Amino acid sequence: MTAVYKRELRSYFNSMIGYVFVAAVTLVIGLFFTVYNLRGGYPYFAFALSGTVMIFAFAVPLLTMKSMAEERRSRTDQMLLTYPVSVTGIVLGKFLAMLTVYLIPLLISCLCPLVIAKGGNGSFLIDYSTIFLFLFLGAMFISIGMFVSSLTESQLIAAVVGMVSLLLLLLWDTLVSFIPSTVTASAVGFLILFALASLIFARSAGHPAVGIALFGAGAIFAILSAILASRWFSTALTGFLGMFSVYGPVNNFVSNYVFDVKGLLYFCVMTALFLFLTVQSVHRRQYR
Amino acid sequence: MIEVRDLVKRYGSHTVLDHLSFTVNDGQIYGFLGPNGAGKSTTMNILTGYIGMTEGSVTVSGHDLLEEPDAVRRCIGYLPEQPPLYTDMTPLEYLTFAAELKKIPRAERRGAVEEVMELTQLTSMKDRLIRNLSKGYRQRVGLAQAVLGFPEIIILDEPTVGLDPRQIIEIRSLIRSLAERHTVILSSHILSEVQEVCDHILILHHGRLVADGTPEELERSLRDNALELTLKTASENAVHGLLAGIEGISHTELFPSGDGFRAVVYADDGQDLRESVFRACAAADLPLLGMQFRTAGLEQVFLKLVNDEDLAPSGETAPPSSGPAGEEEAREPETASGTDTAADAPASPEEDGSADEAKEADGT
Repeated sequence: MTAVYKRELRSYFNSMIGYVFVAAVTLVIGLFFTVYNLRGGYPYFAFALSGTVMIFAFAVPLLTMKSMAEERRSRTDQMLLTYPVSVTGIVLGKFLAMLTVYLIPLLISCLCPLVIAKGGNGSFLIDYSTIFLFLFLGAMFISIGMFVSSLTESQLIAAVVGMVSLLLLLLWDTLVSFIPSTVTASAVGFLILFALASLIFARSAGHPAVGIALFGAGAIFAILSAILASRWFSTALTGFLGMFSVYGPVNNFVSNYVFDVKGLLYFCVMTALFLFLTVQSVHRRQYR
Repeated sequence: MIEVRDLVKRYGSHTVLDHLSFTVNDGQIYGFLGPNGAGKSTTMNILTGYIGMTEGSVTVSGHDLLEEPDAVRRCIGYLPEQPPLYTDMTPLEYLTFAAELKKIPRAERRGAVEEVMELTQLTSMKDRLIRNLSKGYRQRVGLAQAVLGFPEIIILDEPTVGLDPRQIIEIRSLIRSLAERHTVILSSHILSEVQEVCDHILILHHGRLVADGTPEELERSLRDNALELTLKTASENAVHGLLAGIEGISHTELFPSGDGFRAVVYADDGQDLRESVFRACAAADLPLLGMQFRTAGLEQVFLKLVNDEDLAPSGETAPPSSGPAGEEEAREPETASGTDTAADAPASPEEDGSADEAKEADGT
């Protein structure tokens, strides 16, 4: 893992990508910092930082696009996968290398609260805990981008699909708000979700019967809940989907001044999930 | 030692490997030979654990590939068809990275890297970016990473493709020197290369093993068992009369040539007719100008095997017994144009190189 980590990190700074990423992100954070804090006089750097979330949806896929796709295109995966190293080690090494690159602008931004404190009253706890949150947010974005990259040989496709996925995730709250909080909508929504889940499960497990059983159980659950607990069930779908909100935890940190452990945990779980899926995607291709 | 039993690889309904079984013994050079698409690279990719198999078992030095993949990978050094190089690194950086991945202890890493660079004559290029290296040097970097750490088994997929004649000779001698300490498996569709370098040849076709043996054994097993005679006589009947008197002849062919006849005499199985032919000629007072076994080169063996397989798709795994030579000769050009084997067995290294380039253009 350390060998892969070192190589990846060096490759980011052997090519332009590492520098461009660090420069662009630092520039944008600096702009927001200047506009909101230095010019606007708003005393929380956390607020300025939260404005840059959308930028990461574009910048992180640029960082992750080559991680897995390029290995396959240049056949270097043939080296990694025939060496005595585990796929998990490879994926983790790459992930940590990208996280390190991502950390550089974040570390630079650690100076901003100090600048604010020099000119007035800073609120270190809020600002630094938000920067801390952004570490986990970045980890989640990177793992998603990496998973997308593991699905294709083309860096371009990896970048575009990665950006679209992250944008969808950021627009999640708005999208979920379109779903009506009614029993019918919940029932239909859950049925679709169960159908998708059982389809994916059946395909990856190779047992259609398991998928059908899974979908059956889900359908029974949805119908029973709709009949027996219609009050709770009417908001169940929006409640469930709302759990995937990215801005929820960010707003808790930035606007509500709450150290949202649940949100932090959500970012961690998503990171772990997509790292796991990346490993599975490599294995699946190997043992297809 | 590698034992492969009933290896099957399918992609959907397409069968790439069809119940392939063979054993690779220690300390020898094995050659996979076969036209493009025969399953050579697939076999190697499975042996090295790059792709999974559909059915069958692979045991490398007592380790089962599915149960102890890491143990197997530690025994094997692999150079894939396209060298897996990070072009943004220098050979020194790349090989150091490879040494780390192979878990060579830190203290020995530097020495191990220098040793393989020496072996593959890369030392002068060690600080250039791989991106800027020529194809020959890239191939050597790939070879160096396979040899690094000196694993028991070294697997090379078409190691001389795209090299110039001098480099081909160098790589071949390198492979031969490796075989003193290691088991080497290489693949090629260039016959002369396999014939020259390998101790043992496995011929693959359509994912099946169609022949397995030393180059000499393969040639012998497919020898026509035919004698070529040059007789000085004007009378065809005299020749017929002469040959009719010899026991053990299955059939003959006569061609007029110069001031006599050239006769090809096919013996019944396993009989050596030379002595009886000589005595018969002497008795008939018929000048015998020449007599020799007609040997099929490995090239003919290969073409014949591949061709027979195509004609009889049900196939047999043992080398098929030889058919009439005339038919074989008639079929040869057709085969040569039909498959890639036209590039095989070139007479000189220069031709060898051009054959390689032709292959490269195929882009498999």
